[in-house]
Amino acid sequence: MSNSVQTQAQQAPGTIAVAERKWGRKLPVEASIFFILIGIAVLFELAGWIVKGDTFLFNYQRLIIIILQVSVIGLLAIGVTQVIITGGIDLSSGSVLALSAMVAASFAQTSDYARAVYPALTDMPMIVPLLAGVIVGGLAGLVNGSLIAFTGIPPFIATLGMMVAARGLARAYTGGQPISLLSEQFTAIGSGYTPVIIFLVAAVIFHIALRYTRYGKFTYAIGANPQAARVSGINVGRHLIYVYTIAGLLAGLGGVVTAARAQSGQAGMGVMYELDAIAATVIGGTSLAGGIGRIGGTVIGIIIIGVMTSGFTFLGVDAYYQDIVKGIIIVAAVSADMYRARKRRKA
Amino acid sequence: MSTAHSLGLHESFNETQAAGVLAEVPYLLEVEGVRKEFPGVLALDNVQLRIRPGTVHALMGENGAGKSTLMKIIAGVYTPDTGEVRLKGQPLKMSGPLDALNAGIAMIHQELNLMPFMTIAENIWIRREPMKGVGFMNFVDHREMRRMTEHLFRRLNIDLDPEDEVRNLTVANRQIVEIAKAVSFDSDVLIMDEPTSALTDREVDHLFAIIADLKAHGVGIVYITHKMDEVFAISDDVSIFRDGKYIATHNAKDIDRDTLIHEMVGRELTDLFPKETVPIGEELLSVENLSLEGVFSDVSFELRKGEILGIAGLVGAGRTNVAETLFGVTPATSGEIRIDGKPIVIDSPHTAMHAGLALLTEDRKDTGCFLVLSVLENMEMAVLRDRYVTAGFVAQSSLNAECEKLKDLLRVKTPNLDERIENLSGGNQQKALIARWLLTKPRILILDEPTRGIDVGAKSEIHRLISKLAGEGLAVIMISSEMPEILGMSDRILVMHDGHITGILDRSEADQVKIMQLASG
Repeated sequence: MSNSVQTQAQQAPGTIAVAERKWGRKLPVEASIFFILIGIAVLFELAGWIVKGDTFLFNYQRLIIIILQVSVIGLLAIGVTQVIITGGIDLSSGSVLALSAMVAASFAQTSDYARAVYPALTDMPMIVPLLAGVIVGGLAGLVNGSLIAFTGIPPFIATLGMMVAARGLARAYTGGQPISLLSEQFTAIGSGYTPVIIFLVAAVIFHIALRYTRYGKFTYAIGANPQAARVSGINVGRHLIYVYTIAGLLAGLGGVVTAARAQSGQAGMGVMYELDAIAATVIGGTSLAGGIGRIGGTVIGIIIIGVMTSGFTFLGVDAYYQDIVKGIIIVAAVSADMYRARKRRKA
Repeated sequence: MSTAHSLGLHESFNETQAAGVLAEVPYLLEVEGVRKEFPGVLALDNVQLRIRPGTVHALMGENGAGKSTLMKIIAGVYTPDTGEVRLKGQPLKMSGPLDALNAGIAMIHQELNLMPFMTIAENIWIRREPMKGVGFMNFVDHREMRRMTEHLFRRLNIDLDPEDEVRNLTVANRQIVEIAKAVSFDSDVLIMDEPTSALTDREVDHLFAIIADLKAHGVGIVYITHKMDEVFAISDDVSIFRDGKYIATHNAKDIDRDTLIHEMVGRELTDLFPKETVPIGEELLSVENLSLEGVFSDVSFELRKGEILGIAGLVGAGRTNVAETLFGVTPATSGEIRIDGKPIVIDSPHTAMHAGLALLTEDRKDTGCFLVLSVLENMEMAVLRDRYVTAGFVAQSSLNAECEKLKDLLRVKTPNLDERIENLSGGNQQKALIARWLLTKPRILILDEPTRGIDVGAKSEIHRLISKLAGEGLAVIMISSEMPEILGMSDRILVMHDGHITGILDRSEADQVKIMQLASG
């Protein structure tokens, strides 16, 4: 498709070239990733007919489950996208999710349970465990951001430390015991379509934030050139703290939703979720070098991961092979990103 | 190069060469008719150079004269568009620095190229490590490497431990390691680019002793420096470059400081932008004994409305540092800044912006442009801290309108504001960045090398713009390394050398020679 437009441009430079430029710009960056999503879905559909003799996509139940399964990772990915746009990385989302799930669950227990974590704090209204979980996540993000802003520790190392520490804290919280018997008010958060709605609302909020607010502009600026951002009057340290705290808050929210859905809090929740979140972000077109990325692309990336996981399960493919393919797709996505960057520089 | 080669045999070879071959080849290194062009700028225009064996040949010229470019050609980093480089009479065909090294040309760069986490010995012998073993079981012979380094250090009278890690060394000692490394190649030609920038007097004497020893062995040394004293202390020949052209070569004994300076800057100033006389108002900025410890000290000057203050000096004089301190990027350690008579402490760029300052940085690629972002985003970034934002949301449509106006006013050539700024030419990028600062409505505009690397057309547009802004009451500080620009634009010229102000010249009394004299210390 793009080939024919290019030849036209060569034949009649001037107006057509301008038109191609305008049209090319009107098509959002997400367009190419969206087509990849369609392509992958079609591939699985075809494979489904060959292997199983049944449709993959045209099954309403399955489509719902795809999005439901990835809603939590989607919440993490929204935070991680912003962090990566600033040129950093966050490896701690999965562990922070577990910690938040534990804390939230501990405040959501009913008095039916003989050995509640906080016997005096049972039968709490839903808002209490919800806030508790989200705030714990935010605190973890605050620690990440402060370390990175004030000590100059590379984000990789700082969030790696948090990844390990938060997981440890989650385990130490109840000595490894799961927290169960949660109130219905609380578990309602994880039932039905609610997780999807929460994810989509968060996506819309941060899409707007990145595109239309000063916060968004500064986030891109810091990723594009931190020194230039500083010279332009941006308080880079303070802004990074905001971004990492937001990522933590979103991981906390992910923990709350996870605990609500599982109707329990377990220290082993969210293992490797951060990698899926980062994968979705990168597949969605966000550049690891910083300065480039959109929530829209991340959402499509999340759906691609959901389609892949569901597709492989549908075809009866071993989980290990899923990981291999996922790995290949991540490398392919980053290579495509670098190729695009090189092409743009030559233009 | 084999171990034996670098240790002893080569030295005797050199002596033979000095005795016999010298008579046949009067010049060790010859450069003839070399021309090198980069997009938009002619770096070298038909230059020549002749180095006699066993001599120190100083190469002098202003920033941008073409010295580094020519050295990079000789060292194999660049290839000339036309012209020839000959070593001992044989033309050299080099496709990379390795070819130059193998041919017998070594270079000590201005920036240190050492690996901090490896030892001195490992750094010196990198790629030439003595090996022991056979086939795939080939290991580095650390003991031999240590021995080789000790031998080298004994020969050069250097007192350092080969096993010490480079990161533990002072900058001066790192420079000595670089020198030792270059000498260890036992090359015929040794190029030294500002080798004494980090050295104390004692170490400089030590270096001169090493150079004397090399001379005695027939090595030809090309010595690039701005330091006049050094030129007269050790060089035999002096060549001068100006604006990419070869000017002359003199015997160091036959020339004096003033003549040297005259030849370095003596150009006809035909490109002077006719300065508009602009009413100069009351004092806006006053700086008193401003110091940044270890970088510059006791910088004092005043700046008035409508005035253009040029700041001249050589690389390393501290001009950019002063600019960055004034703007709060590296806050001062002592001294006072007064704006409208009121003292103010500038501890961050935002404070500076609030006080009405703006800074166009020296390196737009490094600290100026957000390369992956659009022209619009580049323009709007500085003003967003204080304006065009309500409840966190950006007033995009009014911002867009303002940016379009500025784009037309400054004639930024771009199909539209959404274009990525990295696709624009250097001149247009610079104009976009100036627009960024104009949006903040500054009263004091600091420009650091505003027309560096920009084509002539854009250059004069920017000059006209600066004059216009001064005419509207802005106070302008302009750092520049280009004489015509400084002389053409400034009302007064402040000259810096080695972290101090050496003089403030009024427009009427300033000329290239005086500036260069003050800039040289």
